Amino acid sequence: MIMPLGLGCSSRPGTSRVNRTGSWRTFRPVFLRDKCTKCRLCIQLCPEGCIMEESEGFPVPDYTYCKGCGLCAEECPAEVIEMQKEEK
Amino acid sequence: MTDEQCSLFEPGHRACGGCAAALAARAILDAAGPDTIIVSATGCMEVFSTPYPETAWKVPWIHSLFENNSAVASGITAALKKQGRKEKVIALGGDGATFDIGMLCLSGAFERGHDFVYICYDNEAYMNTGIQRSGATPYDASTTTSPAGKCSTGNRRPKKDLPAILAAHGAPYVATATIAYLPDLKKKVRKALDTEGPCYVQVHAPCCTGWGFEGEKTLAIARLAVETGLFVSYEMENGVVTRVKKVVRKPVEEYLKEQRRFRHLFRPKRNDAEIAKIQAIADRNAEKFGIDINLKK
Amino acid sequence: MMEIMEGSHAVAHAVRMCRPEVIAAYPITPQTHIVEALAEMVANCSLDAEYITVESEFSALSACLGASAAGSRVYSATTSQGLALMFEVCFNTAGMRLPVVMSIVNRALGAPLSIWNDQQDSISLRDSGWLQFYAEDNQEATDLHYIAYRVAEDKGVLLPAFVCFDGFILSHTYEPVEMLTQEQVDSYLPPYSPVQRLDSKNPISIGLFASPDYYMEFRYEIDRAMKASSQVIREAGRRFGEMFGRDYSNLVEEYRMDDAECAIVAMGSICGTVKDAIDEMRRDGQKAGLLRIRTFRPFPGDEIKKALAGVSSVAVLDKNISLGAKGAVALEVRDALYGSGIPVLDYIIALGGRDVAKKDIKSVVKMAMAGNGDLFYGLRGEVLG
Repeated sequence: MIMPLGLGCSSRPGTSRVNRTGSWRTFRPVFLRDKCTKCRLCIQLCPEGCIMEESEGFPVPDYTYCKGCGLCAEECPAEVIEMQKEEK
Repeated sequence: MTDEQCSLFEPGHRACGGCAAALAARAILDAAGPDTIIVSATGCMEVFSTPYPETAWKVPWIHSLFENNSAVASGITAALKKQGRKEKVIALGGDGATFDIGMLCLSGAFERGHDFVYICYDNEAYMNTGIQRSGATPYDASTTTSPAGKCSTGNRRPKKDLPAILAAHGAPYVATATIAYLPDLKKKVRKALDTEGPCYVQVHAPCCTGWGFEGEKTLAIARLAVETGLFVSYEMENGVVTRVKKVVRKPVEEYLKEQRRFRHLFRPKRNDAEIAKIQAIADRNAEKFGIDINLKK
Repeated sequence: MMEIMEGSHAVAHAVRMCRPEVIAAYPITPQTHIVEALAEMVANCSLDAEYITVESEFSALSACLGASAAGSRVYSATTSQGLALMFEVCFNTAGMRLPVVMSIVNRALGAPLSIWNDQQDSISLRDSGWLQFYAEDNQEATDLHYIAYRVAEDKGVLLPAFVCFDGFILSHTYEPVEMLTQEQVDSYLPPYSPVQRLDSKNPISIGLFASPDYYMEFRYEIDRAMKASSQVIREAGRRFGEMFGRDYSNLVEEYRMDDAECAIVAMGSICGTVKDAIDEMRRDGQKAGLLRIRTFRPFPGDEIKKALAGVSSVAVLDKNISLGAKGAVALEVRDALYGSGIPVLDYIIALGGRDVAKKDIKSVVKMAMAGNGDLFYGLRGEVLG
């Protein structure tokens, strides 16, 4: 991609999205819906901000960016997030 | 859409998995909203969020140097005032930038009374350069410049009491907070922004890489810091402590034993004398701030 | 209107008429009279600016950087140790392409401590990406501030600028100065309209870090803007001349250079003494001339080469020393004349306020004609032992 340098080493907002940090993952959080209480804690505490709420209110991770840190699984009060080894 | 979903701090940043500083950045922007200018010091957060041409920030953001974010913020507040603009200004820095190298600019800006909020994400060492001790490193923590060894038990000095120093500047609002309690952190950031004059929020932000624990434990470690009394979450208004988070205290070793930086206190053999000294620090905190909940009532 | 004014006060009034929105400065001799005068203007509402009384020069320039990034025209002034303390911020301001204008009231750098004049302070920042103008007298010190803002804020430049003038020799001296009116300044210097600024309506990030894939290109862009500024300076100087009668369209000034055999090259107030000495030498039949460098950054190598083309020797008066090498001006003049065969001799002179008289200039010319140079001029042998 050719683009002129940003004056004073500046950049437009949201450009970090080109960096797909999901490739870092060795474990993948799998969200089990049946016991999820939709408490939204995982959405709030994800350091990537990559857990979204879908139309029914369930949390859905964006695997494009999820680094697989496991914080959501560790903190989930209903214990419905499982960390599963990533298949390469 | 909820506020968490229209995050002003975007994914794709290069923080370690489970990074408390990244989580703090999200929470701070959730609380502050889009009409906020961020002035970042050099440090982990700056580096992982803005490798050219990528930025994770969706609010106006500027980075100048390691030690001048308070002075840059002073200039921005002056310019906004002159231009009749209403945006809020937050200076962000790690503990190295805040406690140590940026202290002169920070003190000057607070003494002059600029209307801005300084937020320190405190991970208790220079993480960006490889875990060297800072003025915020706690007693006995092993860092790469205060390593534990045959004749050392790690960092020789207790943590600098920066909130008290800034309160002594006449800051109307000074608070400590932690990523362990995000709603409380957001409330304090909001309160600081709504208070006129220079305000300070110090956010305890455990660093899995620097402290030596697994990324999924970031919040658990942050909670233990509060529950052992080694970190006290409180608010000071006009120099007076007005609110403190109370806890049923746990022994400090429950916190210490989870982290590689304190491993030398347990291995090869347990160092009771040093653990007792750290327990004494927690006990003094408990007494000073009255954090203990008495269960026998 | 012609007024007899102290140099510092003339500069302060010029700065006032440039309408800076934010001023941040820290007191240091001999800069103080400027910032005191500006503080008084703010206190009396004759200048509508935010004045930040910072706790150090480091914060002075940092605050200017922030205010400039937020879209305001800014001003600071410093000298010597204060400028040295700003070193890191100077490089940063230029790299962030912020058109800060700062007066440098030239003073020696310690150790040993000295409050007196030479040009070591600003010369030592020559690699920082700031434009550097050097004034010969207070009229020029005043005029160069209007020009500096116009050039620095030009969208093809966007670089910060030093307006340098000699401490005490100019700053504390009363001279007649033709002051422009506010209307004249407004007609010459448009309000600052930033290309980009910190603004929640258009939230950009400024000052990202650059990997090896980008760093060189950013530095190249700064250098390119600096070089492009030469033409902008010429145009701004020519326009100033058209409007107010004092022409600054050249980056250098030639004085009696037409048939000169020995050319003196110098910057700043020493040139007044040099001109008087040249007049006397000319009366005695000695063909000496002066090439005064007004713009040291960008360095006007082509103009210098052209102006010095016919001379048989060049004597550079350097009020600075790159210790272990030579004076900075001589090194660069030599570079400009590379291949010409014209000898360029260096004279480290007037450091730390050492007085220079006409006889010294005549003595330098004599030495240069004899091929004797590259030395500290006027050392006191008796204290060296």
